Amino acid sequence: MKLPFAISLDIGSGRANHTGSWRVERPVYVDRLPPCNNACPAGENIQGWLYDAESGDYEAAWRKLVEENPLPGIMGRVCFHPCESACNRVQVDEAVGINAVERFLGDLALEKGWTLPKPGPDTGKRILVVGAGPAGLSATYHLRRLGHRVRLVDSASHLGGMMRYGIPAYRLPRAVLDAEIARIVAMGVDIQLDHVVHDVEQERHDGKFDAVFLAVGAQLGKRVDIPAGDSSRVIDAVKFLHQVADEDPPLLGRRVVIYGGGDTAFDTARTARRLGATDAVIVYRRNRERMGASGEEFEQALGEGVTVRWLSTIRKFDGDRILLEKMKLNGEGFPEPTGEFEELDADSLVLAVGQDTDLSLLDHAHDVTVRDGSVEVLDSMMASPSGIFAGGDAIPAQRTATVAVGHGKRAAHGIDNFVMGSDSVPKVRNRLASFEQLNTWYYADAPRTERPELERIRRQTNFEEVVGGLSEDNALFEARRCMSCGNCFECDNCFGVCPDNAVIKLGGNMRYEFDYDFCKGCGICVKECPCGAIEMVPERN
Amino acid sequence: MLRQIEGSRAIAETVALCRPEVVCAYPISPQTHIIEAVGELVKAGTLTPCEFINVESEFAAMSVAIGASATGARAYTATSSQGLLFMMEAVYNAAGLGLPIVMTLANRAIGAPINIWNDHSDAMAVRDSGWIQLFAESNQEAADLHVQAFRLAEELSIPVMVCVDGFILTHAVEGVDLLEQSFVDAFLPPYEPRQVLDTNAPVSIGAMVGPEAFEEVRYLAHLRQLDALERIPEIAQEFFEASGRDSGGLVRPYRTDDAEVIVVAMGSVLGTLKDAVDLRRDLGERVGVLGVTSFRPFPSEAIRDALKHARQVVVIEKAFSIGAGGVLSSDIAIAMHREETLLRTVVAGLGGRAITRRSLEKVLDDASDNELAPLTFLDLDHDAVDRERARMQATRRSGPSAENLLRDRGTVSQKADA
Amino acid sequence: MTSQDVHFYQVGSFAVGNRLLEQEERTVQAQVDRTNSIDSGHRACQGCGEALGARYALDAAMRATNGQIVAVNATGCLEVFSTPYPETSWRIPWLHSLFGNAPAVATGVAAALRAKGIEDVRVVAQAGDGGTVDIGFGCLSGMFERNDDVLFICYDNEGYMNTGVQRSAATPPAARTATTKAVGAEPGNTFGQGKDLPRIAMAHNIPYVATATVADLHDLERKVERAMEFHGARYLHVLVPCPLGWGSASNETIHIARLAKESGLFPVFEAEDGVVRSVSPIRRRVPVEEYLKLQRRFAHLFGPHPRLDVIARIQSMADANIERYGLVSPESLEESS
Ligand SMILES: Cc1cc2nc3c(=O)[nH]c(=O)nc-3n(C[C@H](O)[C@H](O)[C@H](O)COP(=O)(O)OP(=O)(O)OC[C@H]3O[C@@H](n4cnc5c(N)ncnc54)[C@H](O)[C@@H]3O)c2cc1C
Ligand SMILES: Cc1ncc(C[n+]2csc(CCOP(=O)(O)OP(=O)(O)O)c2C)c(N)n1
Ligand code: SF4
Ligand code: SF4
Ligand code: SF4
Ligand SMILES: [Mg+2]
Repeated sequence: MKLPFAISLDIGSGRANHTGSWRVERPVYVDRLPPCNNACPAGENIQGWLYDAESGDYEAAWRKLVEENPLPGIMGRVCFHPCESACNRVQVDEAVGINAVERFLGDLALEKGWTLPKPGPDTGKRILVVGAGPAGLSATYHLRRLGHRVRLVDSASHLGGMMRYGIPAYRLPRAVLDAEIARIVAMGVDIQLDHVVHDVEQERHDGKFDAVFLAVGAQLGKRVDIPAGDSSRVIDAVKFLHQVADEDPPLLGRRVVIYGGGDTAFDTARTARRLGATDAVIVYRRNRERMGASGEEFEQALGEGVTVRWLSTIRKFDGDRILLEKMKLNGEGFPEPTGEFEELDADSLVLAVGQDTDLSLLDHAHDVTVRDGSVEVLDSMMASPSGIFAGGDAIPAQRTATVAVGHGKRAAHGIDNFVMGSDSVPKVRNRLASFEQLNTWYYADAPRTERPELERIRRQTNFEEVVGGLSEDNALFEARRCMSCGNCFECDNCFGVCPDNAVIKLGGNMRYEFDYDFCKGCGICVKECPCGAIEMVPERN
Repeated sequence: MLRQIEGSRAIAETVALCRPEVVCAYPISPQTHIIEAVGELVKAGTLTPCEFINVESEFAAMSVAIGASATGARAYTATSSQGLLFMMEAVYNAAGLGLPIVMTLANRAIGAPINIWNDHSDAMAVRDSGWIQLFAESNQEAADLHVQAFRLAEELSIPVMVCVDGFILTHAVEGVDLLEQSFVDAFLPPYEPRQVLDTNAPVSIGAMVGPEAFEEVRYLAHLRQLDALERIPEIAQEFFEASGRDSGGLVRPYRTDDAEVIVVAMGSVLGTLKDAVDLRRDLGERVGVLGVTSFRPFPSEAIRDALKHARQVVVIEKAFSIGAGGVLSSDIAIAMHREETLLRTVVAGLGGRAITRRSLEKVLDDASDNELAPLTFLDLDHDAVDRERARMQATRRSGPSAENLLRDRGTVSQKADA
Repeated sequence: MTSQDVHFYQVGSFAVGNRLLEQEERTVQAQVDRTNSIDSGHRACQGCGEALGARYALDAAMRATNGQIVAVNATGCLEVFSTPYPETSWRIPWLHSLFGNAPAVATGVAAALRAKGIEDVRVVAQAGDGGTVDIGFGCLSGMFERNDDVLFICYDNEGYMNTGVQRSAATPPAARTATTKAVGAEPGNTFGQGKDLPRIAMAHNIPYVATATVADLHDLERKVERAMEFHGARYLHVLVPCPLGWGSASNETIHIARLAKESGLFPVFEAEDGVVRSVSPIRRRVPVEEYLKLQRRFAHLFGPHPRLDVIARIQSMADANIERYGLVSPESLEESS
């Protein structure tokens, strides 16, 4: 149609006016580091695998998860989930149940028989891993993926370290443990059990290993000096749990007192209950607030009939009686004796006051520095320039399985650099995605789903798993509570809210692009991005 | 078919023959009979398909017509006086957008003082709006002009206003030869819009135009009116050939060939003038009449041609520009641009005052005696004016002139104390 | 588009899109092939709520009618910023006539379509609050009364923005405009009786009346879609913040619209045949201050001598809305008081 001059106009003509020239600031897409990812000791891309789980693609989610951590079934049970404490959703309602979803994925993988990625092409390098706890297993896994050959040595007769010999089966069923370990083993690992490494240098030399990863953990239960009439009735928790794990539990009697306030103390008390103790009393020098054990564990233990004597210390154990001294906290929160005493009937006393590392295998490794019973390492986990690396409980760090997994991964990359003569630096981490950058309006109100717990009566007599897993519905729900902090989750908000249609949706998981020909720089997209994945930067000219 | 019929009815039935698809109506005397009749034809199903919309104002009436026309429908409305002013903004808009709406203007005076009777002030008020304005001399012509108006409007994409003297024509019952449907269908092809709101070919109509193009837009509108100057006589000619009736055209010279004095006028007064001229011609006086049918576009050339031998031109107007003088006269003056010709303006028939034969004779007498003043108000009651002027000078609060005048005349009873 | 029952998705009911939903269940604005009825290149201010609201509404109307929409536009910002010669930003058939006649022009369009027997093409008329509540009111009322088949959308930015931010009958009390300056004893606009057009529309008993804001796209689109299910006169009143006129940051447009609703100042509801059928409940109630203080047009209420009395009066307007429309459940009403 030939239109009348000027008063009538053809469609599309307006695009000649490039309003982008008005802009003084421009929006740019960014990826920020979600606080959960930041807090995960194993360095998991939590937001990333939750994103896949949200769409029900659990296998993709699991694959993304095991990129970093080969033990999701285990982690989903025993990890203390610092990710959840860091989760931004805490400030909306409650943290996303990351750990529960992790477990769901881990279990599903076992059920479906998903296998870990194939080992990388053989590099011909040989690595000795001493200790098959989480640190050693994680290192093994990552080293295999990098194509290195691994010999995994452990003095025990089964793989798993403290995950087998410390953590009780009612928290971590052996079937799960075995299956996740077996998956790593299936990648082709030279395993040597019941083999104590006495001299690491010798062992390395004999086996012509290119590098060593020391993941010997902390196997020695600490002792405290308690005058005891019958020392055979005093045992340390590590040994006790180890024996239980070996299905050869010592006889503790009906009244068991446990000394200490950490998770080990609670595991011991709960195990003792399951073995028939009528009384399982935890004696702890401080109060509830200062206790090391996690809240969940504490509640579960109380539910199972475990009792706690707060602000008490053991002065004497003779025969079947324990002398307690009442304590009080001083200004700095340290317990101080009060001079008040109490007595407590006891058939046995279990010490759960911490573990030490046996580093005698390093006696000939002169360039390894040991301080306060721990191996000093660099960021790469390197303990000696000659190629000894260390991680897990054996180095100064938090002693958790998750931290150990993270160490194992880091060490594997450190070793890879070392043996391959490369010096690839770890990826620069993105800036943290803070709560303030979120626009939480857009997130649906969705309170967290808790995992079901086993009925109490059943928990008192057997080692059945206490905490159940999430159903698929619930796992999906939980995954979908993730706010995807700092990482675009393709909500189309920016695409929709731009008054100038200056956002181009690429579609097919390709995210979006700005059309700077037309973007006026109003900043609405930034403000309305739920997860803070866009920022305004000054226009340069 | 010749029928004794009221002018409004004749117009309505002819409009219906033109098959308008949207008719909007808001009542105002003396237009009412027209839209009532069209409404009836639609309601009865005689005119179909047609949407007859009773709007809430003339502003809405013209706006509905704008919307309809822009959607490709043949749109029609009618109004008068105050109604025209009330829709004024939309009147300009319709022309600006080039929408071929046809509107009957049943000419009426504009208040205050409010007055329902005929003059041409309303038409003059919108002469610059861009509409084509055709003045009907008789009801026959009024009816015929509507058919030509649609044809012209749609060909050129310009709205056309057919001006018909209120009451004098609209309410007069006389013989009108109404056209046949087949005739109109043949004469008036279906509306083919230049631009239309079409979901298959979207365009934006009604852009904002700044100084960079506004003058061109206006000039183009002017050129289209000049095109109309060509088309109006051609269409009239075609109409004549098909119907045998001489309706429309630009101007209507009557015995002007050798006339020394030519009276120029528009609308129904032409009939009376022609009678007067016939009489004088019988007495040997060289007088003639020039009817202007197309006021916009203004047929300057035709007028110049018709007036070129006249010694004196007398323009009889039913409107005037207060503070200036004749409206038609000034257009005529520009068109003639001849110093030698005397141009005289006679303002007559305001607010429905009858233009009597006697008064016209007086004008013609004066004209032939060269005694006509440059600006004459026909039959003005000078005494009444003088009295009111005196009152106004005497007291600040002299009150409303209109009522004072009526009181003087005894139409309104004297106040006891006055 | 249907309203979503999927509450558990991260952003199911609030964000524009949701990769977890079927394409047809997502909003129109989430579609790559949405019409973009008003296209890039228009000259609206940065962050203009009216430009956004128009695209939201018309794109939704386009989807609801399979692309069979003709739009009539009153004079005002939307018209001026979209069609300055020689460029138009409209991708749909569009007609601008005058400031005060959009409803009547739309009637004409609808009449023409009916006369021509075109049934699938639907008419949308749009205007600012000035073109609706003030100068276009007569025509609008006429259109309502005749129940002409037109969806009329008012983009309410609470003032004559195009002419430089003057007061309209939709300007809220106390707001500073160019004709209600923030000077004198009672700065800003006076407290009048208001001119609640949605309710006036309801009083015409037209089949459908609804309010919406640019902060809730799902609601807006659903209402447009619902409106298109009816024939006859329908009225949609959309609150569209104007950064220039309100003195708000350009990135706050949606946020401010949200606060207008969450404070109760702008009730979001829908009515059929003159009866309110549903309201959008307040989700996170805020006091009116939160809404007011983001806008410089209310800055004089928060100066060194804050006008707590005026703020309280505005709060009571919000409270009255909350009560009239039942915007919060009685329990939460108790909690907040
Ligand atoms: C009771 C208990 C409960 C716990 N609960 C949790 C929990 O719920 N969540 C959590 O995250 N963490 C928990 N922990 C801590 C966690 O188990 C450890 O931090 C983690 O296992 C440390 O891993 P690692 O690989 O460094 O060492 P370990 O798991 O201790 O493994 C070290 C391995 O090295 C072997 N080894 C040692 N010396 C030699 C040698 N010379 N030659 C050959 N092999 C050797 C050992 O046999 C052992 O298998 C718990 C610990 C205890 C004791
Ligand atoms: C009859 C008439 N009066 C006044 C104007 C001047 N005018 C144009 S747009 C406008 C204000 C429009 O206000 P509104 O309808 O609220 O739309 P906004 O620009 O705020 O979006 C005014 C007063 C006009 N164009 N026509
Ligand atoms: S608004 Fe949504 S789609 Fe856009 S960047 Fe943020 S998360 Fe991604
Ligand atoms: S909303 Fe649009 S115009 Fe505004 S900054 Fe974002 S891309 Fe640019
Ligand atoms: S003045 Fe307001 S309504 Fe007008 S374009 Fe600017 S932001 Fe939009
Ligand atoms: Mg406005």
